[in-house]
Amino acid sequence: MADVALQSNRAAAQAARKRSSLHKMLKRKSTVAFLMTLPLILLIATLVIYPAFYALHLATLNKSMQRFVGLSNFEFLFKRETFWLVVKQSCIFAITAVIFKALLGFIVAHFVHNIPAKGQRKWRGMLLVPWVIPPAMSTLAWLWLFDPSYSAFNYTLSFFGIGPIAWTGDEMWARFSVILVNIWVGAPFFMIMYLAALKSVPEQLYEAAAIDGANWWQRIWYVTLPMMRNIIAITTLFSLIVTFANFDIVRILTAGGPLDHTHIFATWAFRIGIEGSDIPLGASVSLFMVPILAVAAIFILRDISKRGNEA
Amino acid sequence: MSRKKLSRRQFVAATALSSAALITAPYVRGAYAAGKLSIGFWDHWVPGANKASTDIVNAWAEKEKVEVQIDYIPSQGNKNLLTIAAEAQAKSGHDILAMPTWWPHAQAELLEPMNDVVEGLIKQNGEPNGTVKYLGQSKGKWLAVPASVGSQIKGPCSRIDLMKQHAGIDVQALYPAGAPPKADSWNLDTFLKAAEACQKGGVPFGIGLGETSDNVDTAGAIFQSYGAALVDEKGNLTVKTDAVRQALEYYKKLISFLPPDVGAWDDASNNKWLVSGRGAMIMNPPSAWAVAKRDAPQVAEQCWSHGFPAGPKGRYAPYLAYFWGTWSFSKNKEAAKSVLRALSQPDAIEKMCVASGGYDLPCYEKLTTLKVWQEEGPPKGTLYHYPNPHNHQTLSIAAAPAPPKIAQQIYTQATLTKMCLRYHKGEAMEKVLAWAEGECEGFMRS
Repeated sequence: MADVALQSNRAAAQAARKRSSLHKMLKRKSTVAFLMTLPLILLIATLVIYPAFYALHLATLNKSMQRFVGLSNFEFLFKRETFWLVVKQSCIFAITAVIFKALLGFIVAHFVHNIPAKGQRKWRGMLLVPWVIPPAMSTLAWLWLFDPSYSAFNYTLSFFGIGPIAWTGDEMWARFSVILVNIWVGAPFFMIMYLAALKSVPEQLYEAAAIDGANWWQRIWYVTLPMMRNIIAITTLFSLIVTFANFDIVRILTAGGPLDHTHIFATWAFRIGIEGSDIPLGASVSLFMVPILAVAAIFILRDISKRGNEA
Repeated sequence: MSRKKLSRRQFVAATALSSAALITAPYVRGAYAAGKLSIGFWDHWVPGANKASTDIVNAWAEKEKVEVQIDYIPSQGNKNLLTIAAEAQAKSGHDILAMPTWWPHAQAELLEPMNDVVEGLIKQNGEPNGTVKYLGQSKGKWLAVPASVGSQIKGPCSRIDLMKQHAGIDVQALYPAGAPPKADSWNLDTFLKAAEACQKGGVPFGIGLGETSDNVDTAGAIFQSYGAALVDEKGNLTVKTDAVRQALEYYKKLISFLPPDVGAWDDASNNKWLVSGRGAMIMNPPSAWAVAKRDAPQVAEQCWSHGFPAGPKGRYAPYLAYFWGTWSFSKNKEAAKSVLRALSQPDAIEKMCVASGGYDLPCYEKLTTLKVWQEEGPPKGTLYHYPNPHNHQTLSIAAAPAPPKIAQQIYTQATLTKMCLRYHKGEAMEKVLAWAEGECEGFMRS
């Protein structure tokens, strides 16, 4: 009898312990954080992870999608002259655009940082406009500015005896045009991130540097840049990914022309997959971005975590 | 509050009774007794043109007691192509879907054969043109039903006044309204001379060399006029031939008389060129003229649609065909076939052509002389020769006669216009041909 009573007591204690451990688990910050991010995780799983695996599956099928062909689609691509042109252009497009976006963002962030707090908000708002307008819409406005026959830029340049320039008709100018529009759209993102980073640099560091006799350049090089390194690395990585995967700007402005000289991965994948009805090959083209971006991500993130450990 | 409980025994009895009643009840034809049908039509450029299709389908639905849902899918941003690809992947979607040019062949394995529909229509409306047979048939099987909506010829649309003034050519005399063409002198040489004269007069021809269909279609017709094809009907490479070399030589001369930015032109550029009054000719269906009628009437009243110039191997004009296809996984195939028959009756076709202001062009031989093309204006008779009423030219599509799945790649990748541009920019002929041959080899993957 005593045993039975003891056992029932033990069971009750166990149940109470279980309840309290569940209670504890639910009270734990990490659990709450996980539960709160769960909707987003599910959304990403449905809209990103599933399509990514589906794209992998598609890339292993033949043109009529009836046969498994392994890596043949990639093998086929490696032999195509246009594919390597697209690889080259995607790299030129993404790297050039990201460098200029970062540079422009850095310079403008400094200007805005030095504006008195009272008027700063207005400037911040205005400078963000290119970033908040949907690129499909703003690129249409750029298309009219670059229009082959009725370009507003050419009209203005004609007063100075310059032009007409074939903005979207000449290979080099077309590349310049798509990169320019990408910089215009993306630079405000860098500006706002760098501005936030600049505001978090302790003023005492600049005071100490000034006491040590550091000039403007030395303050930037030895104080500002080291304090902004992580944010620069993360924004660069983020922008690199987004710029590599860009579609709308090139599609609207040049559709990849002239002579395929502005095609990037996404636009060429669309041309092959949707317009050319070769979905497996289109999927293979778009998947080719993954290894390039993965390598960039590994290097940049490793550098950030190394510095984090050093700190 | 009292709540009456339903016992298991009562539930079984009630279910059995209602099932028996349903089975033995006499068949009453309800409002939508023949089921549901969903249709994805192409969203017409011409304002109000969709209404004609809606009215025809609604009249049919009323008679047949079918519940119909129509979606008008635009081709801007290739939304129609995305819809076709998505439905083919999902194996679910509209019962009828409008498919342009190459898509019946691209989705051949997933389409319901339409021989029973099209063969009946041919008996009634006459033979369809060769391009429609090439694009719509595979191994004797009709993949889809030829649609008049969206189908078009992209022939020359000339300015009567500018052609007379600068090139000394009276296009109305070559192509008189209401009479057969007197266009023996209208060949690629006279065309080139006219292009040069108009360029010197400051109103160059607006022929694009970009990668969109208007540009590719013109190149296709000129290549065919020389008998030049990159791949023959059996799938053999025929890039390095004299015919292709001649076509490239011709294009090189022609490009020097075109506006300098034609390499960047899209399907809207030529329309703007004509409507703005900057050019003496474009290659387009009457949509540019229709816009001019609204926005620049003084330009519209000088426009004349007519035939293509002849080349050494014949006179070819680009015909862009549209089809209505039904998926093999459609849930109401019989209703789909029935409504497609209704949409392809001569009076229905005429109604749709009128609603489109003469833009739509049926492919059947008995339906190329409708009143709408004789009466539209100004100037009266401007569209008389648009539907090729005297079979004066062979209707074709760029990249034909290559097997359609290869031709689609040549067409979509704009291989022809790229070859012309490369050669014009100074690349050696043999290098251009080698590049094109490499591209075509790639297009042959299965």
